[in-house]
Amino acid sequence: MASTIVAFELGGREVEVMVKPMTTLQSALRDQLGFTATKEGCRQGGCGSCTVLVNGEPMLSCLLPVEDVAGQRVTTLESLTPAQGLHPLQQAFLDTNAFQCGYCTPGMLMVAKALLDHKPTPDRADITQALTGNICRCTGYGPIVRAIGVAAQAMRSSEEGQAR
Amino acid sequence: MSSDLNVVGHSVQRSDGIGHVTGRTQYTADRSFPGMLHLKMVRSPLHHALIKGIDLSAAERVPGFVRALTARDVPHNRYTILGLIGVEPEEEFVLAEDRVRFKGEAIIAIVAETETAALEAVSKVQLDLEELPAVFDVEEALEPGAPIVTHWGNNTFMFEGHPCRRVRLGDVEQAFQRADYIVEGVYNTSPIEQAPLETTGCIAVPEANGRYTVYTNTQALYFSLDNAAIILQVPGSRLHFVGGTVGGGFGGKVDVIVEPIATLAAMKTNRPVRFTYSRAEEMQVSSTRSAWRIFIKDGVTRDGRIIARKVTSYADSGAYSRQTPYALTKHAANAAGPYAIPNVSIDAYCVYTNRQPTSAMRGFGVTMASFALEVQMDKIAEKVGVDPWTIRFINAYHNGDMKPHRKLVEDATLIETMQSAATLVGHDLPDDLRAMTSAPRDAGHDGGRD
Repeated sequence: MASTIVAFELGGREVEVMVKPMTTLQSALRDQLGFTATKEGCRQGGCGSCTVLVNGEPMLSCLLPVEDVAGQRVTTLESLTPAQGLHPLQQAFLDTNAFQCGYCTPGMLMVAKALLDHKPTPDRADITQALTGNICRCTGYGPIVRAIGVAAQAMRSSEEGQAR
Repeated sequence: MSSDLNVVGHSVQRSDGIGHVTGRTQYTADRSFPGMLHLKMVRSPLHHALIKGIDLSAAERVPGFVRALTARDVPHNRYTILGLIGVEPEEEFVLAEDRVRFKGEAIIAIVAETETAALEAVSKVQLDLEELPAVFDVEEALEPGAPIVTHWGNNTFMFEGHPCRRVRLGDVEQAFQRADYIVEGVYNTSPIEQAPLETTGCIAVPEANGRYTVYTNTQALYFSLDNAAIILQVPGSRLHFVGGTVGGGFGGKVDVIVEPIATLAAMKTNRPVRFTYSRAEEMQVSSTRSAWRIFIKDGVTRDGRIIARKVTSYADSGAYSRQTPYALTKHAANAAGPYAIPNVSIDAYCVYTNRQPTSAMRGFGVTMASFALEVQMDKIAEKVGVDPWTIRFINAYHNGDMKPHRKLVEDATLIETMQSAATLVGHDLPDDLRAMTSAPRDAGHDGGRD
């Protein structure tokens, strides 16, 4: 079957990819655009390591045909990193050692970003609920849950500081 | 002393931490090279079969097919995982020759321009297989008339000429006669897949200087290099292995399975070749933790001292031994547990079946011994009528004790560990147990030895 050109917004810029039908967003990001922060753990929607945000909502990029994001806004871990320093979530993961092998970290961070965008003051249950689709086989869930709480606190403090 | 030696007592940021939180860490499959080919395996659909014929003609017509590799293409077609440290026999093939011994065994490697083309070509290979009877249980595999998995005529790994790893101390049969209680147990554990989030994989890249750079997520980089050099029959200096970034392993990435064949494909095509497992391959083909069946018979006195322990263990190695004989040796050394028992007999068998091969996983060999023994200790406590803490203090080993495999105990910590655990969980220990230490026993007191 013939390829088609699909345009979407990736981290604030317009990109175009030429894809065969049923090419996944994961494959377009990794294999065509070189955006490899989005990981491949299972390619069957089971592990969460490929999570990206589409219009701010967490989605499994391994199950998403790239045609479905035409004209949509896609955010990956690459665009979470600011020009200088780290996003508060990245800083909290780093400061609290909320990773071991690091392979689940991109998916965890994207889920956490969506959570805090929707709910800046999550309780523990909100955080664990948000992480239910993401597997960490090093089983470091405790530090990940704590890091997200630390990041939420840091982001609130920063906003209060700016408001004063 | 240099003033920069100041990290003890301080938290130190991991050197790979920034890479992990920004997504800039490059795992194996994150790399890509111009002209990179993809390797996929034709695998046995049967548990045990003779290979009567292979027809590649339809596969070769798939657009993007580059070439196929068979057993004849592999210079030394044997996996040599333990051969490096002198453990024989070499019984596993890189690519199957005339027989497959487990479902999923690699037969032919297909190299193609894209992963999709490689999978398409794999699906087009026609195998003519003659199915053989298969065996899936360790005890059935040892019965007369069982299907034989190995090429040497029985289903056990031979330890210096013996069908099991043996440890003997004292005389268990005589001690059983004197025991007040005999406590027996049978313990089974399941195979467990390590399931690292990043699947096993590598990329082999031909360099202009005639060397091959192999990017791999192996847990054992130099071990993998040495094994690949033997299989490929090239000097180690021709291979440059790049690793250290591993997306989880837990013992599942020490078997040197993908690197030799990917490197061979790079040699034959003079192009970069990627070979990474799918999640299905990781689950169904890569080594798991072995299934074990452990029989324990203990002779115990009325006051709770274990005076004899007989252990017969069977590890289901699957179709090939990989690192399982090493697990058996570790198991045999630890199968009496951290206890002072004067009469011990251990027989530990590495048994071949037609299941997926097994290998390392976190404490392999010892973990299953501990599971079985600690459940057994609880059964003994119940039989004797003391609580589970007391039975372990009564039998705990001390410094200066001789372990059954003739290793002098110099670092005993069981008593102190249990005391700390009791404190942490808020369990009140009696004063006599609280006062115990692992220090060597008093002269004249033999700790229950005869």
